[in-house]
Amino acid sequence: MSPRSDPDALSRPDDHIDAPQRDAPSSDEASVSQPKLGFVGWLRFAWRQLTSMRTALLLLLLLAIAAVPGSLVPQRSSDPNGVTQYFADNPGLAPVLDRFQMFDVYTSAWFSAVYLLLFVSLIGCVIPRTKHHFDALRARPPRTPVRLSRLAGFTERPLPTGETPDAAIDRAAAELKRAGYRVERYDLRGEASVSAERGYLRETGNLVFHTALLGVLVAVGIGGGFGFSGQRVVVEGQSFVNTLAAYDSFNPGRFFDDGTLDPYKLSLEELDAVYETRNQEAIGQPIDFTAHVSVQAKGGESTPGVVKVNQPLRVHGTDVYLLGNGYAPTITVRDPEGEVVFTDAVPFLPQDANLTSIGVVKVPDGLEEQLGMVGFFYPTQETLDSGAFTSNYPDLVYPVLTLNVYQGDLGIDGGEPTSVYTLDPSSMEQLTGGATGVESIELMPGETVELPNGLGSVTFENVDPDAAEGDYSHSVSRFASFDIHDDPSQGWVLVFAVLIIAGLLVSLFVPRRRMWVKAVRRRDGAVVLEYAGLARGEDPGLEEAVASFATAHAGASTDAAAAAPASETAPPGESADDRANPST
Amino acid sequence: MTLDEISIILVYSAMAVYAIAFIAYAIDLARRSAAATKAADDAKSAVGASAPATEAGAATGTAGAVGSAAASGGGAGTLVAAPPARGASVAWGRSPALRVAVAMTVVAWLLHLAADVTRGLAAGRVPWANMYEFALTGTLVITTVYLLVLVVAKHDLRFLGTFVTGLVLVLLGIATVNFYVSVVPLPPALQSAWLVIHVFVATSAVGFLALGFALSVVQLMQARRESFAASAKAVKQNFLATLPDSATLENLAYRVIIIGFILWTFTLMAGAIWAEAAWGRYWGWDTKEVWTFIIWVVYAGYIHARATRGWRGSRSAWLAIIGFSTVLFNFTVVNLFFKGLHAYSGL
Ligand code: HEM
Repeated sequence: MSPRSDPDALSRPDDHIDAPQRDAPSSDEASVSQPKLGFVGWLRFAWRQLTSMRTALLLLLLLAIAAVPGSLVPQRSSDPNGVTQYFADNPGLAPVLDRFQMFDVYTSAWFSAVYLLLFVSLIGCVIPRTKHHFDALRARPPRTPVRLSRLAGFTERPLPTGETPDAAIDRAAAELKRAGYRVERYDLRGEASVSAERGYLRETGNLVFHTALLGVLVAVGIGGGFGFSGQRVVVEGQSFVNTLAAYDSFNPGRFFDDGTLDPYKLSLEELDAVYETRNQEAIGQPIDFTAHVSVQAKGGESTPGVVKVNQPLRVHGTDVYLLGNGYAPTITVRDPEGEVVFTDAVPFLPQDANLTSIGVVKVPDGLEEQLGMVGFFYPTQETLDSGAFTSNYPDLVYPVLTLNVYQGDLGIDGGEPTSVYTLDPSSMEQLTGGATGVESIELMPGETVELPNGLGSVTFENVDPDAAEGDYSHSVSRFASFDIHDDPSQGWVLVFAVLIIAGLLVSLFVPRRRMWVKAVRRRDGAVVLEYAGLARGEDPGLEEAVASFATAHAGASTDAAAAAPASETAPPGESADDRANPST
Repeated sequence: MTLDEISIILVYSAMAVYAIAFIAYAIDLARRSAAATKAADDAKSAVGASAPATEAGAATGTAGAVGSAAASGGGAGTLVAAPPARGASVAWGRSPALRVAVAMTVVAWLLHLAADVTRGLAAGRVPWANMYEFALTGTLVITTVYLLVLVVAKHDLRFLGTFVTGLVLVLLGIATVNFYVSVVPLPPALQSAWLVIHVFVATSAVGFLALGFALSVVQLMQARRESFAASAKAVKQNFLATLPDSATLENLAYRVIIIGFILWTFTLMAGAIWAEAAWGRYWGWDTKEVWTFIIWVVYAGYIHARATRGWRGSRSAWLAIIGFSTVLFNFTVVNLFFKGLHAYSGL
């Protein structure tokens, strides 16, 4: 039996390095020569090509290449604003790229085609191998080869004195078994021998690994369809109920059923932001954000909770993440009679690390005409040389709010959804700031000013009015922006990931090997023990393993064995005795 | 003097010693070439006109044996059994330059380790939270893996020192000049146990993959030499003659790369778990995620190539080289120029 053409070689693709060489001299030729085949024959041929190692390899490399463009061009899934910007910057190129789904690379037809083909190939590879492996698990180790001397790590030891060949082989079998080998006694032409094989786990690991890859794909693909993700901004002191209508934005999976939303109530009690104050190199750098919340099940008790970056809150089957925060100045607008027509904490979107923020106030009712205001908020205001304002620290040291006032039609009566963060001034008249010649309104917490043209007044409320003079640290509410997710397949993905790692470790590090020990009677009548091994796949430690087993079994190597062939006095009939000694 | 300043002085000292080690390794390589040429000349004058024929015959035998020897895992045996005429086997014992080089590498490693530890103490956390620190720790890991492999491997792999010290020196140079940032507190997104695990495992993976890269490069050079010998062309004797043959190099490369690959697989998964906690999704095709994935797939390709008839040998070596190029690309270009959530270069 030659190691290359092992009849029970692992059932691997034809062009696997360990697969038996088929009649074609090389795999390349095999694929080029066009066999005369019927339709079924062609199908089988195509299938064999698809499930060959070479195809798997090429598809893997193709997958790597196909993934590249998604890192060069912004993707709609991860960076929608980037895509918009890209279209603005490259008006000629962007539509062409879009035609090729370059902004949705990872859901594109061509990317999907590559990985689906790869996984079809994978299935075609794994199924026959699994079947074959089950058979191999039940099979006996193969017969001992006639000549061990051509195999890896071949070594000889004299038979230990006082032991019969049979007993020595029995002992070898027992010792191999203890070392985790599956053993089988064979007695061929009167020569007692043991054939042993270990490392079935290697192939098991490989199959588990490849199957788990499939598992990840299925879990991500199907399981993900049942989940959702939604975003919601919540201001300190306010709350939100987990229903579809309450979300600012909501992305359901394909099979998501909104009846499954558990209507719990999440309230933001307080958002703690800590910034570096001492390290001169990092003044103002964020150190910690903590959202203190309370969660109340429908009709249930309210329980406190904490959401931090890196520390989501897992409640009622959803995961709540703290993805952003900022200031929500409380602004009150009164009509000329002093009646409140608007009062709310308005979330302002941070524009830079020091939280210079932009927000919009819309007052649709209660005044003669609709009123809109675009505001800038500076938590710690500073005046640049140019006269422009900026913020130089993200916490509330010297908070200033500036407002540009617009009057006219807000454009919200038509029922079309408009963003609460932008104002469309196209049918409005600007009253302050810009080219109007009227100074922008400028307020600190607690201050009120008159609106131009006697429209009324606007107040920047101090939400902590009892603080000491000059202490603004709590004068403005903060908001948290929460991401709320449910991904029912996430746990499965993790399970398969663990299987991937485990399968990989086993398949790359468990050696699969055979070992044989044979008692051979020399022509001089002396009995020697022969040892040899055979690697199945990568096995750098094989020769050492054979040598150390031989030494453990029959003592250190001597040159007695090497000298033996010189004498040729063994009676030829001797070995017949052994044949009369059948083993178990 | 602050701890961070001490750390920087230690980095510069380590770089100086690495430079000495690099020079010593280079001298050793030069001497190997000389010795190989001399051995070839000696052989020629001893065997006379029959030498080229022997050489060609033996080399053809080797080329045929590459596949089977590698498949049976008998790299060690191949080397020992190699006939001297084959070329890859000019004995190379103890060169004083080489011993100086290894000793200097150990000294540099100790200084480097001290620099890394003091940086960590100065920051009050693990020293791998921005690009300067990734580079500082990553290069430390590369040297550590190299020294470890020297101890563990059955082959004499000290010849890789030129590459290892060279790479470490260049990366440290770039890091100290271009990436240096003073100690600043961790942003909230990095305050996680996963910073310790994910980034450290990633850096370790790079250490192994770097070594696999070096071995693959030498493997290709060696394979070229062997094919010249096989075609009985004149083989210019150089340091390659003192190194293991290409099949052995390939086996060695494979062994370090699979360790690197497993660590990289773990990096990818740990990253996904961390991303789930920090960003609310475990995978979002962020640029850094994309490149982590690309690297993983390329190395999976390498492992498949090793198991594919017609791809073992030089083709798989090229994949290992492409793989490490993507690693370097991911660390430099992607970190510095690509936009994404992983904006932690600190620059
Ligand atoms: C989804 C794509 C695939 C990936 C990421 C992948 C990855 C890997 C990895 C990492 C290994 C080495 C670990 C081990 O031995 O278990 C491996 C081995 C192997 N893969 Fe795949 N594989 C993929 C698809 C395939 C396909 C389609 C086939 C069949 C054509 C295949 C056949 C094999 C075989 C036979 C081995 C054993 C190699 C050896 O003997 O060393 N794989 N694969």
